[in-house]
Amino acid sequence: MLSIRDLSAGVEGKTILRRVNLEVRAGEVHAVMGPNGSGKSTLAQVLAGHPAYTVTGGQVRYLGQDLLAMPAEERARAGVFLAFQYPVEIAGVSNASFLNAAVNELRARQGHPELDAMEFLGLVDERLKLVEMDRSFLSRPVNEGFSGGEKKRNEILQMAVLEPKFAILDETDSGLDIDALKVVAQGVNRLRRPDNAIILVTHYQRILQYIEPDHVHVLFDGRIVKSAGKELALELERKGYDWIREEVAATQPTGA
Amino acid sequence: MAALTTTKDRYLAEFEALERQGALRSPSWLTPLRRSALARFAAAGFPTTRDEDWRYTNLAPLVASAFRPAEGVAAVGLLPTTLERLSVGATGWPRLVFVNGRYSARHSSPGPLPVGVRLSSLAEAMTIDGDVVARHLARHAGWDANVFADLSTAFARDGAFLHLPAKTSSETPIELLFVATTPGVLAQPRILVVAGPHSRATVVEHYVGLTDDAYFTNAVTEVVAGPGASLDHYTLQEQGAGAFHVATVHAALEGDSAFSACAATFGGRLNRTTLTLRFGGESGQGALSGLYVVGGHQHVDHHVTVDHAVPRCSSRQLYKGVLDGSARAVFNGRVIVRPDAQKTDANQTNKHLLLSDGVEVDSKPQLEIFANDVKCTHGAAEGQLAPEAIFYLRSRGLADATARTLLTLGFAREIVDRIAVEPIRAYLDGTLRARLRAARATKEMS
Ligand SMILES: Nc1ncnc2c1ncn2[C@@H]1O[C@H](COP(=O)(O)OP(=O)(O)OP(=O)(O)O)[C@@H](O)[C@H]1O
Ligand SMILES: [Mg+2]
Repeated sequence: MLSIRDLSAGVEGKTILRRVNLEVRAGEVHAVMGPNGSGKSTLAQVLAGHPAYTVTGGQVRYLGQDLLAMPAEERARAGVFLAFQYPVEIAGVSNASFLNAAVNELRARQGHPELDAMEFLGLVDERLKLVEMDRSFLSRPVNEGFSGGEKKRNEILQMAVLEPKFAILDETDSGLDIDALKVVAQGVNRLRRPDNAIILVTHYQRILQYIEPDHVHVLFDGRIVKSAGKELALELERKGYDWIREEVAATQPTGA
Repeated sequence: MAALTTTKDRYLAEFEALERQGALRSPSWLTPLRRSALARFAAAGFPTTRDEDWRYTNLAPLVASAFRPAEGVAAVGLLPTTLERLSVGATGWPRLVFVNGRYSARHSSPGPLPVGVRLSSLAEAMTIDGDVVARHLARHAGWDANVFADLSTAFARDGAFLHLPAKTSSETPIELLFVATTPGVLAQPRILVVAGPHSRATVVEHYVGLTDDAYFTNAVTEVVAGPGASLDHYTLQEQGAGAFHVATVHAALEGDSAFSACAATFGGRLNRTTLTLRFGGESGQGALSGLYVVGGHQHVDHHVTVDHAVPRCSSRQLYKGVLDGSARAVFNGRVIVRPDAQKTDANQTNKHLLLSDGVEVDSKPQLEIFANDVKCTHGAAEGQLAPEAIFYLRSRGLADATARTLLTLGFAREIVDRIAVEPIRAYLDGTLRARLRAARATKEMS
């Protein structure tokens, strides 16, 4: 479904990702872990098409298409979704009108008629239940004044409404209380299908108890330095990243 | 300088000609007002950028053109479909229609109105409601400082008159539609609203240009609110691309009265609004707001003065501008708190969204506070659309242009959403969306 080959990228002349390789097949969940600043969000943003990041090498194929050649909105229309680590507040635009614009844009591209107000509310009501969000969030400006956890839930609400094929959840678990984490995880699981896939960026193995990954990768200094099964997450939780750092130092004695 | 003199002299000569023809038909009380206003205009002439109040608004193009009152212009027929399209309210709203500044009885429907409430053309009011008009027309404002108000008073002939006796209230808003159809015309509508004690009404002034050639509208609105009265005033300005639009609004408020003004500006080449709110009695409330959405070489200037002369009044100003192309905005918000005006609560906000690098903004608060127990705040901000917000919307599948439009609407929402009258809110919202759509189409073409 998604094939990342030797992807290098940076921002303002600074290299962040260094030859990242990753294969994601339909139906899979991949967890990406790694210390602060290792490039996890950069990878997520580059895949979503953020214009501030420059791709300096490599390529990404997504469902047979050259993902990096597509502008951000084209990627979204092709089923790519990024749940932001820091969801953006948008003054004066209600959550409902935002979701409505997004849904109808997608439908238009897929050759479906626009949803009328009733159909739209029906859809949103159902998805609100999935993430246990109150309807009052619809009339509020997007993310404005939302608590940290509410913002994260709102990301998953958007995901639930837009039904992407390939979703990247960038630390959606951070800032969620224990119950909210369960709700969000259950919501995500309900959206899983054999023909879609998820990359889950996280620092904690707790969420991986609810959304079980097929693969766990460690991103370190812009590289994927380790890939294994879900037991790797437990090991990282126990041991931290020092042993990874040592391993990396051992295999690359000359440094980066 | 020579050109300025010539143009002024032309207006003076125009006045003498109209007087000779008896076209001004003044009641006796009006003649000295006209004469003194004309004398002030003759002495001052049109302001130049050397005048502090006009520093950023250059009137040279206005002064350089010759505009004439729509004297010989035969009453222009407006298609019913045109009127329909331009109506803000539902059918059934009382409505006066003016074509090129002149009242058009056949397009107007001044009723139904509650018993006692008077709505008519100003010309008719001068004869029928002479004493009310005489008591208030050009009596409340410090007109001496405003040449355009003087010009209006000197030539005052046509316009609208609304009188609400004590405790009357018009539940349906009153719509005044000013249509410009003919290039070169000088239209000087004069609007007088006299609201008796504890009366209420909503008035919409709607300016529309059906020509993109140059013409000049010099509108003056006087609002007199008695004790406990409540008046909401809207201005929707959709003048033609070549129009000069100068508006003077003066509201005199007595105790416990409330006045709100919301001015939406979309059209016109050069716009200047001089709005003065004067509290003459305690516990008055004023809420002034404006939204201007302009591009190309449009120029919008708001000069707002709020005069807190008495204690315990509150005033709010919120003006927001969306500027594209090479548009220019001027905002001067003056708040005077006189020594007696303790417990004044005044606030002022002016924000601009800059959609291109070619725009220019001159925003200046001017707080003159002479009392000590007061709360006065002001703020100004300008900025562009946030790239992070654009990306967020694009990452959900919205096209770049759609994202920008949505964010721009979001910026304007604060003004649009505070409009309590649904048809007015809906009309403004529709106009705003159409305007942004048109701007986008122009951008995509170039
Ligand atoms: N727009 C930017 N401008 C400058 N530096 C940036 C930018 N984006 C990322 N970086 C830098 O790139 C590095 C990787 O950042 P990134 O956000 O990808 O890390 P992360 O792995 O997501 O970290 P965290 O776990 O803290 O979220 C950091 O050093 C960060 O400061
Ligand atoms: Mg991150």
